[in-house]
Amino acid sequence: MKQYIELYEQCRGMLNGHSAPVLNALREEAFGHFRQMGFPSQKVERYKYTDVARHFAPDFGLNLNRLSIPVNPYEVFKCDVPNLSTSLYFVVNDQFYDKALPAVPLPEGVVVDSLCRAAETFPELVKHHYGTLARSRKDALNALNTMFCQDGLFVYVPRNVVVERPIQIVNVLRSDVSLMVNRRVLVILEEGASATLLFCDHAMDSHAFLTTQVIETFVGENAHLELYELEETHVRNTRFSNLYADQKAYSSAVLDNITLHNGVTRNRTDLTLSGEYAETTLNGLVIADKEQQVDNNTLIDHRVPHCQSQQLYKYVLDDKARCAFAGRVLVREGAQKTVSQETNANLLGSREARIYTQPMLEIYADDVKCSHGSTVGQLGEQAMFYMQQRGIPYEEARMLLKFAFAADVLSTIHLDALHDRLNYLVDKRFRGELNKCEGCRMCKN
Amino acid sequence: MLEIRNLHASINGKEILKGIDLTIRDGEVHAIMGTNGAGKSTLSHVIVGNPAYEVTEGEIIFNGKNLLEMNTEERALEGIFLSFQQPVEIPGVSMTHFMRAALNARRKHEGLEPLPAGEFLKLMREKRKIVELDSKLANRSVNEGFSGGEKKRNEIFQMAMLEPRFSILDETDSGLDVDALRIVAEGFNKLRRPETSAMVITHYQRLLDYLRPDIIHVLIDGRIIKTAGPELALEIEEKGFDWIKEEAGL
Ligand SMILES: Nc1ncnc2c1ncn2[C@@H]1O[C@H](COP(=O)(O)OP(=O)(O)O)[C@@H](O)[C@H]1O
Ligand SMILES: [Mg+2]
Repeated sequence: MKQYIELYEQCRGMLNGHSAPVLNALREEAFGHFRQMGFPSQKVERYKYTDVARHFAPDFGLNLNRLSIPVNPYEVFKCDVPNLSTSLYFVVNDQFYDKALPAVPLPEGVVVDSLCRAAETFPELVKHHYGTLARSRKDALNALNTMFCQDGLFVYVPRNVVVERPIQIVNVLRSDVSLMVNRRVLVILEEGASATLLFCDHAMDSHAFLTTQVIETFVGENAHLELYELEETHVRNTRFSNLYADQKAYSSAVLDNITLHNGVTRNRTDLTLSGEYAETTLNGLVIADKEQQVDNNTLIDHRVPHCQSQQLYKYVLDDKARCAFAGRVLVREGAQKTVSQETNANLLGSREARIYTQPMLEIYADDVKCSHGSTVGQLGEQAMFYMQQRGIPYEEARMLLKFAFAADVLSTIHLDALHDRLNYLVDKRFRGELNKCEGCRMCKN
Repeated sequence: MLEIRNLHASINGKEILKGIDLTIRDGEVHAIMGTNGAGKSTLSHVIVGNPAYEVTEGEIIFNGKNLLEMNTEERALEGIFLSFQQPVEIPGVSMTHFMRAALNARRKHEGLEPLPAGEFLKLMREKRKIVELDSKLANRSVNEGFSGGEKKRNEIFQMAMLEPRFSILDETDSGLDVDALRIVAEGFNKLRRPETSAMVITHYQRLLDYLRPDIIHVLIDGRIIKTAGPELALEIEEKGFDWIKEEAGL
């Protein structure tokens, strides 16, 4: 912790100098909170399953001086999901790549840009949202990210604009030394707006990376958001991502988080249903083996009546993977007619794999329909035997069962091309053929 | 083809098979009859290598090879097929995926390339006709939501796809109505070749009328206590097993 305090004190001038006033405005306050709180210990309820301080102990380099990274991702990267024509953008580490942009223009008024530049161009808009969901005093990682954040991504869809073409953002980690990245994302969908976002996280180099990411998402009245996150990095990658979303009345959101391959991942998802008749679907799929770790920690906060939420997280673990799922659904007083369903299902392929599962339901209203539950199972012996009796090799039979288990999360993906692509990637993953990322040519070297 | 000598097997420490001797030659169909709990399903599971059972004594030789040294999938690839008394449902695994994996494993074993997708689907269609399996079922997950009868048809459909040398039918007739029984039995007969053989476990003469077994064995309490020609099945249908037990001094 000390190293980050010292670093900040030394570099605050440089941080401010390379960023925008609106982003700088929250830095000092964030620093105050961070210095006071430090990294959360595992006694803190929401960090029970991840020892944060340990992951931040090594010294990583930071690119505070904004040295530009010599790479043209459009040339080296082929992550586009076939048949899914997306508007493709890249964020290299925390820098929005703007030297080339997608050919097809976005609908009028829609902005996809560097957060830092947006903070200069639309200071009022950014100021009005930035840091309002991801409060520094609530979470040391929010504070740390706010202290060090210099750039990231800004997505804005104005009132009643429907963006048909999915917006794909490839987060590329690229460095010649081990690197810490603090990336910030702001997504604003105004009233009646609609958009689909696909975030793909890749690591282009085999160095160790430590990323903090904070995504703040505002879903206006009657707006519709689909946000897919797909991590496909390597075992030396550590990711701490906090996703906050606020939904206004009659809005709907689908938030999918898929960990296909990683090192250590901690995803916090906090969703607030603050307008009536809002609907939300939260899905997660984790595939982990070797010594991979994934900790998904969610909160769905039903603040008002007549909202619906459903949550399905599935984990397929093998070898010595250690993972956790903690999902809290909070139905506040007065949030009548809430309908909520939370399921966590886990498949363990080995004796050493561990899952800590903790679905939580807290209800302070009396007229609600809520359920929650979790299961942990092994590969079915009878099904294994049946398949082997048909001559299907042991490994193949295991793979078929794992794939079957994961299938219903994949089937929730509305984007057909992404769904097909993920089927392919998950299949490869289970065959052990996906140890690096599939999408990018560079990784194959 | 198949030779079983002095086979003893147990499950969870309890001995179920207490010395089975059985020889089935190429082209033959043998029927196994016996009371419930006698060990018929156990015998079929031990032949195909269910790891839940422990073989404590004896041997099983299949075309000159020691089966007990092989695991389940190796035995399957040698051409042994079991039509399960209770086929397992495998939610999420489509029949197509499952069948393709099974067929291509077999082809690989025989040194053949995987069947191209188009040909595979054509083969599925052809073989489905043999047991009149609904095309809707072939698009679902393995056995999921199938009725008892549909599961049994599906077993014989898989047999048609895999063309085993030796098949075991474990009460494939139970749960089938008269028409379905005829379809399944005729389907099975179509698959017979001079070099294939089978062991058919049943309680009913009706299936045997179609299959015309060469030899009938009576399995009681883990032992084969009587072996005779096809006329024995008729006698059992009429008089039950008590007289055979008495004859054997049980
Ligand atoms: N898992 C098991 N544990 C203990 N006993 C078993 C188990 N499975 C079967 N058995 C016993 O083995 C005996 C033979 O069963 P089975 O082979 O299924 O008989 P059949 O097919 O002739 O009706 C029965 O007494 C049954 O209770
Ligand atoms: Mg039986």
